[in-house]
Amino acid sequence: MKKQVLWPHVGLIGLLAAGQFFLPDYHHSNMGKILVLATYATGYNIAFGYTGLLSLGHALFFAAGLYATSLTITLTGWPAGAGMVAGFLAGGVMAGAVGLLALRTAGVAFMIVTLMFAQAGYLTILYLGRWTRGDEGIVIPQALRQVAGLDLSQAESRYWAALLLYGVGMLFCLWLVRSPFGRVMVAMRENEDRARMLGYNPFAVKLTALALSGLYAGAAGAAYAVMFGYAGASLASVQYSILPMLWVLLGGAGTVLGPFVGVLVMFYLIDYAGNLTSATLLVVGVALVALVLFAPKGILGAIRDRWVRWLP
Amino acid sequence: MDFGPLLLLAVMEGTVTAAVLALTAVGLSLTFGTMRVVNVAHGEFFMLGAVLAWFVGQWIPGAPALAFAVALIFCPLVVAAVAVATDMLILKRLNYAPEPTIVATIGVLYILQQAALSIFGPDARPVAAPFNIRLQLPWFGYSGYKIFVICAALALLALVWLLLTRTRIGLIMRATQEDRETARAFGINVDRVYAGVFGLGAALAALGAVLVVPIRQAHYLMGADPLLLSFIVVIIGGLGSLRGTLVAALFIGILDGVLSAAFFFPPTFAKIVATLLVAMVLVFRPQGLFGKGAG
Repeated sequence: MKKQVLWPHVGLIGLLAAGQFFLPDYHHSNMGKILVLATYATGYNIAFGYTGLLSLGHALFFAAGLYATSLTITLTGWPAGAGMVAGFLAGGVMAGAVGLLALRTAGVAFMIVTLMFAQAGYLTILYLGRWTRGDEGIVIPQALRQVAGLDLSQAESRYWAALLLYGVGMLFCLWLVRSPFGRVMVAMRENEDRARMLGYNPFAVKLTALALSGLYAGAAGAAYAVMFGYAGASLASVQYSILPMLWVLLGGAGTVLGPFVGVLVMFYLIDYAGNLTSATLLVVGVALVALVLFAPKGILGAIRDRWVRWLP
Repeated sequence: MDFGPLLLLAVMEGTVTAAVLALTAVGLSLTFGTMRVVNVAHGEFFMLGAVLAWFVGQWIPGAPALAFAVALIFCPLVVAAVAVATDMLILKRLNYAPEPTIVATIGVLYILQQAALSIFGPDARPVAAPFNIRLQLPWFGYSGYKIFVICAALALLALVWLLLTRTRIGLIMRATQEDRETARAFGINVDRVYAGVFGLGAALAALGAVLVVPIRQAHYLMGADPLLLSFIVVIIGGLGSLRGTLVAALFIGILDGVLSAAFFFPPTFAKIVATLLVAMVLVFRPQGLFGKGAG
């Protein structure tokens, strides 16, 4: 059983590692971005897919990582590695702080509260334009994008770094959701009252899940800053809270590999549609509506229901 | 200008904002109150109303008053039709489950925005006011049209109130809100009530937009602010409470007018504070500042 669960996940990492050598340039560079965004989506899935916390404020945690990293690197002269650690922690701390307040509410109110906090964060970035440079954004020079001797502005090292980030994040998620704590997270999603009656503390469980989710978002934001050398306010806008939800829904909420599948499919769908029409918003809108109407469980969710019931 | 007249001007501007906001927010509040649906696309219905008003202005050139009158009837009807279609094709099939509904209305938001961008274009476009009368006050001149907007919004709100409290339609709506199952048992076609309420809510947003578009311009992204402000109003007023919504709209509108007259704060800072305050209201007083209980 254990091996059966492990092989698709380790297999994917192996396949992606091989991709470093056989992917054509264009797709190779896309994959670097896809893996970073998939890390973000995997974190979102921990909160939304497994714990049932539908947040519309994850852009705040992503932006916390993004800006903590780019500001420490460009302003204080920290090395990029230390800046990334700062970003990673900033995402978790921000999520914990928001959770302390927002988790007093549930359901629709939770969505609106997280949305409001993220909106306040976005406005703050614009307000502090002297340091964040608002919409225009911070461009991190190539010289500052070195981690452990690797120049992350180079496509090849960027690919390895993105794969390392995603691989660690995905395997941790796999371990987490199969651990006893992961089971309790799912219990919160399925029936909070019953879980409480069994002696679990819903607030503590949900707060931990949200903070973990924030750590992923912070890590993805930190990696984005160093790998792509850019931090702009648009990356903190409400759209970046909606996108991870869309990716997770598309790939399959509550599946470990779903977020990656969702990012991959959506990335190439928009890329492909971009060749046909400039109406990319339409693609996102239609995808959202079609998903909730016809495939509420997403791609991997449907596959799990039909063929591989053991898929975590 | 002295402080007194400046404050008066700010309050008057705020009252115009409040009047339009009240219409839009009552639309949102109706759909939430009756259907328990959070409609994220509400701002886009507002935008659609304004954009359609611009098209009406193009079809009837040279006669702004006639174009305005036509828009006042045509735009809400078209927007209501779009909303009813959204309800019947999407929301009904989701059985109005809260979270899928929100995801779906986010999708509708993007679809409408893209439609406006593709057909109407990315530029902001002005719509002519139906008349230009200037009221001369002792300290400054003031647009007569803005006064008209306030009066028109009040009249429309009074009509909504009459509809809800004095007619059979209102009775059926309130009965459905109270208890959907019992209403169904009494032979009320709940599906039709829901479609109608969703259409009415959207039509109110469109009416607000038609009224305000001669003052502001039509733009495909203009839906974001009304959506956020309507949410703020509905939350502070108490989700689903109509009276609270009106009081909160007046409060927020005038506050907005006074704050954006830029006495004290830069507007971004004021927005940050307002957004955080609303979040705090939801966290600590989910029934709203004015509401006693939910509903």
